[in-house]
Amino acid sequence: MTARAKSFGGGGPLVYGIALVTVAITLGPVIYGALGGFRSNEQIARDPASLPDPWVFSNYTAVLTNEAFWRYAVNSTVIAVVTTVVAVLLGVMAAYPLARYDFRGREALFTVFVLGLLFPAAVAIIPLFILVTRDLSLGNTWWGVALPQAAFALPLTVVILRPFLMAIPRELEEAALIDGASRVGIFWWLALPLSIPGLVTVGVLAFVASWNAYLLPLLLLQDDMRTLPLGVADYSTEHSADTAGVLAFTTIAMIPALVMFLAMQRRIVSGLQGAVKG
Amino acid sequence: MTDEGIAVPAVPVHADLATRRTMRRVAPRPVGPRWRLRLEVALFVTPALALMAVFVAWPVVSAVRMSFYRWKGFGPMDDFVGWRNYQRVLSDEVFTDAVMHNFMIVIASVIVQLPLGLLLAMLLNRRIVGQGLLRTIVFVPYVVAEVIAGVVWFQLLQPQYGVIDHLIEMVGLTPPEQGFLGTPDLALPTVFVVLTWKYLGLAVLLFLAGLQSVPDELFEAAQLDGAGWWQAQRRIALPLLGPTIRTWLFLSMIGSIQCFDMVWVLTQGGPANATTTMATYLISEGTQRHNYGIAGAASVLLFVIGFVLALVYQVFVLRRDREVLR
Repeated sequence: MTARAKSFGGGGPLVYGIALVTVAITLGPVIYGALGGFRSNEQIARDPASLPDPWVFSNYTAVLTNEAFWRYAVNSTVIAVVTTVVAVLLGVMAAYPLARYDFRGREALFTVFVLGLLFPAAVAIIPLFILVTRDLSLGNTWWGVALPQAAFALPLTVVILRPFLMAIPRELEEAALIDGASRVGIFWWLALPLSIPGLVTVGVLAFVASWNAYLLPLLLLQDDMRTLPLGVADYSTEHSADTAGVLAFTTIAMIPALVMFLAMQRRIVSGLQGAVKG
Repeated sequence: MTDEGIAVPAVPVHADLATRRTMRRVAPRPVGPRWRLRLEVALFVTPALALMAVFVAWPVVSAVRMSFYRWKGFGPMDDFVGWRNYQRVLSDEVFTDAVMHNFMIVIASVIVQLPLGLLLAMLLNRRIVGQGLLRTIVFVPYVVAEVIAGVVWFQLLQPQYGVIDHLIEMVGLTPPEQGFLGTPDLALPTVFVVLTWKYLGLAVLLFLAGLQSVPDELFEAAQLDGAGWWQAQRRIALPLLGPTIRTWLFLSMIGSIQCFDMVWVLTQGGPANATTTMATYLISEGTQRHNYGIAGAASVLLFVIGFVLALVYQVFVLRRDREVLR
């Protein structure tokens, strides 16, 4: 690359200006929420747009010592973990023969999963509610939310994982076959370890989707079984006068998904690209 | 061939492409008898299919069945009413308005989010300090749960006490008396602004991935020929971004049709049904009024509208990509 090419499209005052405005608008509400949690309601009422003065820590300590908050957090975590494990495990199992076996009806079977992408949870939500609460008696339980969520996460999981599994070089598989491995052995000892980046990608997607989910938990979970998004929304309506408390609650509830994203950012982005490029 | 730099897995077309390309390479020679292979396939695929059958296919079929009955949620479902639920839903102004709101969100996304996303992606693609950090920041709202973002924005938008009304007053303007979310004419645009805040990051991330797969040589060549930055973006980057833009549009469209969480948290469809969407309509009919037949008909309509839209889009728009790439 020539020195001239490097300067092409560099930053000017206008570019940095726009970037700054974008950052302000993007982070503004998040930072406002975090800072608002450090103010008292009286401070917020007096001047909605200023810094904490003095800094108040009681809102955050109130949330962190609130038993209900921890219950919601545990519910969210367990449901997200179960959803992720079920979706990734069943997903990679289904994607493996679809990627590496040669059998009649393979593409038709794959199409079933692709079609699954077209059914949003909202379409099936009312019968799903009846099915889970009445027929399966799983209403207000972790499994009752995690299993449907995993089912709705499966199509995307399979569609992303198949190209990952296809990309494993044929030569490796042949070498394993010569060494006497079975196809199932190849799945276990070759395909699974080699597709870990793909597994992490779909795992993070399923986890974050579950962690942030609202509609299904809204219908299926009550009281002590509620997840964090439900808890936040209900807290906000029940304590609408306690602005500072609501802001502290939302700020803390945001943290896990953000940390997860920041830690996995490269994996998620490159994983998604890899999925398409095969 | 497929190096179009799309970072989206959700669109069947591209997965399909990858399949076609690698099929020959991976088709393994049979090991052992055919029945053994079939058995293995069944063992691998059945758990996933079973889970989807119980929790996706069965509820969808039930929704269709439910839509032909008048049912209040208890007792046997035996009051068959034919298409009457559909007639009622389609002649209910609240529902037709909801459909319109969904489509307004679709159209507003194209008009507002597409150019904004492109502009930001192109700026981020310049060699500027802190590019990686900027990209992360722009994507932050996308990671935050829609509900949690909604609760924060609800606080920001509170009439009188909210910071947004306060800022508007500081500039010397008068904010709407009922607040942005309480004024029927302003509620939907306000919800859309919040949705844009939440989802612009995805557009930027996708477009940026597309831009970064454009070879540097192309820009260098353009520059040697005396092209300016804008010209290079318009004549080189934009055409090459075509497939990425079309893919984003597809995702955005599907998302807008299904929109629920944000609306429910911000307005619950109000004031005076000014922000209802198809999803909020079917939830309030089903869970609040226990008109399960009506809710069933509304969910079937929601699916059909989304499906037709996706199909039309696949056939007329995304097909072009496939043909070009072949």
